Amino acid sequence: MSPGNYVALAVILFVIGAVGVLVRRNAMVIFMCVELMLNAVNLAFVAFARVHGQVDGQVVAFFVMVVAAAEVVVGLAILVAIFRTRRSASVDDANLLKY
Amino acid sequence: MTGNLAALAAQTAGAMPDTVPLAATGAQHAAWLLIAFPLAGAALLLLGGRRTNRIGHLVGVAMPLASFVYGVVIFFAMLGYPSSQRSREITLFTWIHVARFDVPVGLLIDQLSICFVLLITGVGSLIHIFAVGYMSHDPERRRFFGYMNLFVASMLLLVLADNYLVLYVGWEGVGLTSYLLIGFWQYKPVAAVAAKKAFVVNRVGDVGMSLAIMLMFAVFGSVTFTGVFGQVGEASQGTVTALGLLLLLGACGKSAQLPLQSWLLDAMEGPTPVSALIHAATMVTAGVYLIVRSGPIFDFSPDARLLVTIVGAATLLFGAIISCAKDDIKKALAGSTMSQIGYMMLAAGLGPPGYAFAIALLLAHGFFKAGLFLGAGSIKHEMNDEVDMRRLGGLRAVMPVTYVTFFVCYLAIIGIPPFSGFFAKDTVIDATFGKGGTSGWILGIAALAGAGITAFYMTRVMFMTFAGERRWDPGAHPHEVPPVMTSPMVLLAIGALGFGAFEILGDRLAGFLGPVFGYVPPEPSVFTTAGIVALLLAIAGIALAWYMYGRAPVPVTAPAGRFAVTAARKDLYGDAVNESLVMRPGQWLTRLSVYFDNRGVDGLVNTVAATVGGTSGRVRRVQTGFVRSYALSMFVGAVLLVGALLLVRL
Repeated sequence: MSPGNYVALAVILFVIGAVGVLVRRNAMVIFMCVELMLNAVNLAFVAFARVHGQVDGQVVAFFVMVVAAAEVVVGLAILVAIFRTRRSASVDDANLLKY
Repeated sequence: MTGNLAALAAQTAGAMPDTVPLAATGAQHAAWLLIAFPLAGAALLLLGGRRTNRIGHLVGVAMPLASFVYGVVIFFAMLGYPSSQRSREITLFTWIHVARFDVPVGLLIDQLSICFVLLITGVGSLIHIFAVGYMSHDPERRRFFGYMNLFVASMLLLVLADNYLVLYVGWEGVGLTSYLLIGFWQYKPVAAVAAKKAFVVNRVGDVGMSLAIMLMFAVFGSVTFTGVFGQVGEASQGTVTALGLLLLLGACGKSAQLPLQSWLLDAMEGPTPVSALIHAATMVTAGVYLIVRSGPIFDFSPDARLLVTIVGAATLLFGAIISCAKDDIKKALAGSTMSQIGYMMLAAGLGPPGYAFAIALLLAHGFFKAGLFLGAGSIKHEMNDEVDMRRLGGLRAVMPVTYVTFFVCYLAIIGIPPFSGFFAKDTVIDATFGKGGTSGWILGIAALAGAGITAFYMTRVMFMTFAGERRWDPGAHPHEVPPVMTSPMVLLAIGALGFGAFEILGDRLAGFLGPVFGYVPPEPSVFTTAGIVALLLAIAGIALAWYMYGRAPVPVTAPAGRFAVTAARKDLYGDAVNESLVMRPGQWLTRLSVYFDNRGVDGLVNTVAATVGGTSGRVRRVQTGFVRSYALSMFVGAVLLVGALLLVRL
């Protein structure tokens, strides 16, 4: 299979994730879209590692996974804290930090 | 006579003092004590405060007297030297020593400065003694004597300095003490305003003086007399003329000559001893001293010298005309001072032939003008501070000693022989005619006219004050003043009587001062054509004053006068001219600056602030609190960044 197909898939996944972050209101769905973007990036890295015949891309993919895990921990903790006080998971409702 | 003087003047252009000062020895060794005595007195009285109230007048009188005694000792020591070795100097310490600029503080004791020292300390001591009685009821008498001693110290520093910068220190000092003393009764607004006016007008003159000193340093590298006079021959004509004009400006400020004359009449708000000492005998003569001392500079600048004579002649007429219409006795005497100093300036502007006569008139004037002012002070003291002559009259019978001394000084000032004014003023008039040419004739006629007007206004003062019927206020009970006040007047009257003859006959003063100027004018004849004309004019002035004021009773309220009288009462519009030429443009400039500052500078700064504020007010609306819009902007930014990178790579 040519790596180009994998990269194309990664791009499609990334775009879906990005649009999802911008369009969806529920915080959980936004998180899931962010995870989707991160996975797309992982796929791209691995595909390019295969192209160059080196393992650098795969090592970076490990880093990305670690970062994603940490980010999920922190983000979900914040989301749960907001949900407990405000009874709403919509990001549009968390708009107090404005002019 | 006239032709001789002209020829001699031509010969002596460029005459330099032919003595180099030697070091002071013997009795003159501690000449700095002359300044130190009154300075210590001033420090003690002013810093000691109310604790020294009881000894205020004692210290105040003792210090100038001590200086006078020592001055006499120095004078007799000087007489013991041969006349070419009488110029002595002492260097006390170095004040400024920065790169090329070297200013030592030194004293120059020569014939010219010793004349002034004796005048200042002698007449000054007499006036201090008078002030003990005059200010006896004033609770601030100690402060008064402190200021007076400070004045004496500054004036002595002025005349004893051996370089222009130390002279300027004394110059400023007398200006300061003049301000302090004119405004002595601070609670009187009119006195405070007069003091401020005197100081500000003096300052204009001081600008000229300081510019002259700066120019001297720039061109000659030195400000000492020997340094400047030694190099003035090599400077360009423009520089020397500029120096002369700047020094003249300084002298005009200090001596109340045109155009800086407006402060002198207002200065009469001060206590009368102040008027006698500062504004008659000494401070106002500092300008004449400056011109005479700077003779070698004026030698090389005939234009500046001519301007000195013009200023002198114009002022002598100006002051005389003002005096004719003043009802305040002190203001009339102040106008007279302005006029007499005009005579001195006129003589000083004639060059070496005139210097000795300028100094002769200066010394004689010190005696008779101080005597006149002390007489006016006695009258004021006895008449509950009444100075309006329309409310005096008939004082001859009540205050005989004052009357006699005033009368003697009056005869001196109008130039009746054998009193001192006759000798001193007529020599000035002769020397003016001796200048020759058109200028000599014009100036001489002005001087003669001034002599006639002087006789008129002084006789007017005599008739209005001492003769006639009594137009006193009901509460006035004048008696003769106590001896502490009459004895100085008597001594000054004796000086007014005989000093003129003493200094002129036998060319005594001119011979004494000769080595300072490098020239001795020939002994003037006692009766010359110009002198006889002046005498006739004086008699005409007396007759006119008798006709106007002696025959009929003097009206108590001043009658409305024609244009000339109104103009003279308004100081010949001196204040109006100053206001329109200087004050109003100054005010406009200030207002313009304030307007520019408020609208222009503040407008600019405020606009910048408003722009920043307005912009931030609009830009902050980006912060919507909307998470998704933030996410969108991040996304767009990232896309732009990647696009830019790709573009660069391609």
